[in-house]
Amino acid sequence: MTNPFSTEAAGLQGRHNAETIFKLSGLTAIVCAIGFLVFMVGSIAWTGSGALRESHVQLSIDLGPEKVDPSNVEAASYQTIVRDALKERFPEVTNRRDRRKLYGLLSPDAALELEQYVLDNPSVVGGVADIWLLASDDLDIYLKGDVKTELDESRRKFSDLEIGLADSLVQEGQTRRQFNTRFFTNGDSREPELAGILSSLIGSFFSLLVCFVISFPMGVCAAIYLEEFAKKNRVSEFIEVNINNLAAVPSIVFGLLGLAIFLNFFGLPRSSPLVGGMVLALMTLPTIIIASRAALRAVPPSIREAALGIGASKIQTTFHHVAPLALPGMLTGAIVGMARALGETAPLLMIGMVAFIADVPKGILDSATALPVQIFLWADAPQRAFEEKTSAAIIVLLLFLVLMNLLAVLLRRKFERRF
Amino acid sequence: MSKFNKVFAAFAAGACAIAMSTSAASARDEIRIVGSSTVFPFSTTVAERFGKETDFPTPVIESTGTGGGLKLFCAGIGEEHPDITNASARIKQSQVDDCASNGIKDIVEVKIGYDGIVIANSRESDLLEVTLQDVWLALAKDVPTGTDGETQPNPYMMWSDIRPELPAKKIEVLGPPPTSGTRAAFAEIAMEGGCKTFDWIKDLKSSDGGAYKSLCRTIREDGAYVEAGENDNLIVQKLQASPDAFGVFGFSFLDQNSDALQGALVGGVAPEFEQIASGDYPVSRSLFFYVKKDHVGVIPGIEEYLAAFANDDAWGDEGYLTDKGLIPMGAEERSAVAKTVADLAPLSM
Repeated sequence: MTNPFSTEAAGLQGRHNAETIFKLSGLTAIVCAIGFLVFMVGSIAWTGSGALRESHVQLSIDLGPEKVDPSNVEAASYQTIVRDALKERFPEVTNRRDRRKLYGLLSPDAALELEQYVLDNPSVVGGVADIWLLASDDLDIYLKGDVKTELDESRRKFSDLEIGLADSLVQEGQTRRQFNTRFFTNGDSREPELAGILSSLIGSFFSLLVCFVISFPMGVCAAIYLEEFAKKNRVSEFIEVNINNLAAVPSIVFGLLGLAIFLNFFGLPRSSPLVGGMVLALMTLPTIIIASRAALRAVPPSIREAALGIGASKIQTTFHHVAPLALPGMLTGAIVGMARALGETAPLLMIGMVAFIADVPKGILDSATALPVQIFLWADAPQRAFEEKTSAAIIVLLLFLVLMNLLAVLLRRKFERRF
Repeated sequence: MSKFNKVFAAFAAGACAIAMSTSAASARDEIRIVGSSTVFPFSTTVAERFGKETDFPTPVIESTGTGGGLKLFCAGIGEEHPDITNASARIKQSQVDDCASNGIKDIVEVKIGYDGIVIANSRESDLLEVTLQDVWLALAKDVPTGTDGETQPNPYMMWSDIRPELPAKKIEVLGPPPTSGTRAAFAEIAMEGGCKTFDWIKDLKSSDGGAYKSLCRTIREDGAYVEAGENDNLIVQKLQASPDAFGVFGFSFLDQNSDALQGALVGGVAPEFEQIASGDYPVSRSLFFYVKKDHVGVIPGIEEYLAAFANDDAWGDEGYLTDKGLIPMGAEERSAVAKTVADLAPLSM
């Protein structure tokens, strides 16, 4: 009674089912991966967006002749002037302990900022002026609504008194929020509201510059020699295996190598982008060599044969015809290697680039940190306000990585020739 | 082809630019500081203000841990070695000898204040009330059996195994690794403090100092104590994730996270600013930094940096370092240390 075709139909059905299941699981994997990525980037962007806004407090500040001498503006004690203005705004705060909390509403840099303002606008001297001053990180967090006011006072850092003061400022319209340019123009700081990424960004730039200048020509020359000139024998095979293995060596190992050779043996300056770049160059060299060799191999032999056929020497063939055709592929490899180097912290740890460095480096021998190191240091800081700074710095780092990879794609699109 | 040559010409130019900037730079002109991650927030705060208020460059500070810092510090004299190292535990004789063998004879010790070591957990859990003896029994590798002179590998798995009044929860304590000054101070003050509450162990100290030390200061390795790295923020996050766990870290981290964490009462005293400053809280330690005297006058700004630190605006009762969680010394002690700093009086053990 059994239909002779039914078993075969079931077999076909089974194979169709298998295909559907495989397709579905593939699709699920992709959806999951995208979901995680969106969640990660989304949560970082959400936290980090707070760091792009900073709070200011408006105070009417007495710059009368008894406070500021019009003939010698710089000699005035701006710290005292700011504190007097706060005391005048809140005369009800009299107790010493509470006064400290009151002063803590403004950033420690508010006095410096006021001095700068007065120097830039000499006309305000002699009268009372309404001036916006930078708020402290604690007040900033409160104004952004990140303080759990429903908790008992003993359980939060921002006390009821401070909340009262802050609310009074808000009611009078004496607070405002604006775009935080400081984040891009300042170096590191212990005060979250003053901390910025400029010094680490410049440090990363110098390190990558050194890394590129060393690793690209060296990597390209090594690849050209190995691919075009070296004889295929035991030695070149041994070298090839080693280069492939080196590409997989954990980056911390290169850091240890850098510590032993560049710092201890050659005595180069600790924490400098020069050493950082050299260590990163060691790390990226294998990547560049492998990518460059692949690019050279992709140039068809007919190009070489044609050049040799019309009488070019081996060197001329390589440098006039083969290498230029392989250059886009080599550059792509180098940029991808650089992008990896940009995100490295482990090797930099060993050579002293994981440090508190507030000044912006002026050259490759000055002490510097790198962007991922800055993220690591902020993540380690106790103050709550560094959380959003950390996320914002991660966004900047991701942005640079995306840009570099985009550049690699564009270069490949524009210059690559298919044969 | 010219395209390829151009790329290489650009590299030559880049290399020249780098070589020129190399020759322009000379000897190091900024102070270099290494050492404890506990002192790091304080020294960076002083350094930043120092950089803003004076014409000297901002000192460069690496957070390497107390042990790592002293190792770098003692490596030698010269601009490639750090000038100052921060320490959250006092320098040991062996480290002084190590320094001396590398030619570093004169070290100036500067005590900057106190820090409490807290045993904290998430606010979602109940507040713990322990004695130092409980802490030692919970975390020691070997504990007394009950008979004098006999020990056994630590059998306590739950806090309630030690004393029925303690919570019936698994002992799980996150703390710093052995290279950390916090760990050294915790072992010395909290562990040893609890250990010597047993009379026979106290007697052991005079008869066999080595055995006493290893019994009192060795922390169990069976998983109840988890080494969580030098990153105290990581411990704070892990505590929030697992309410039954406890963490060991410096007071400043508890202070900054008081909405999420609570510090256990030790011997009935809460880890609060006033209690640590007065010395009532039993687990508090001194924080130091050490200065290489041979570098003073060679590296510019060291004396000025010391003066900025040893100043009531910084380390005083109302100084800005207290905002960062430093617990100040008394006025008399401060002026004594300030005098040492002014005279650059070398350390004597």
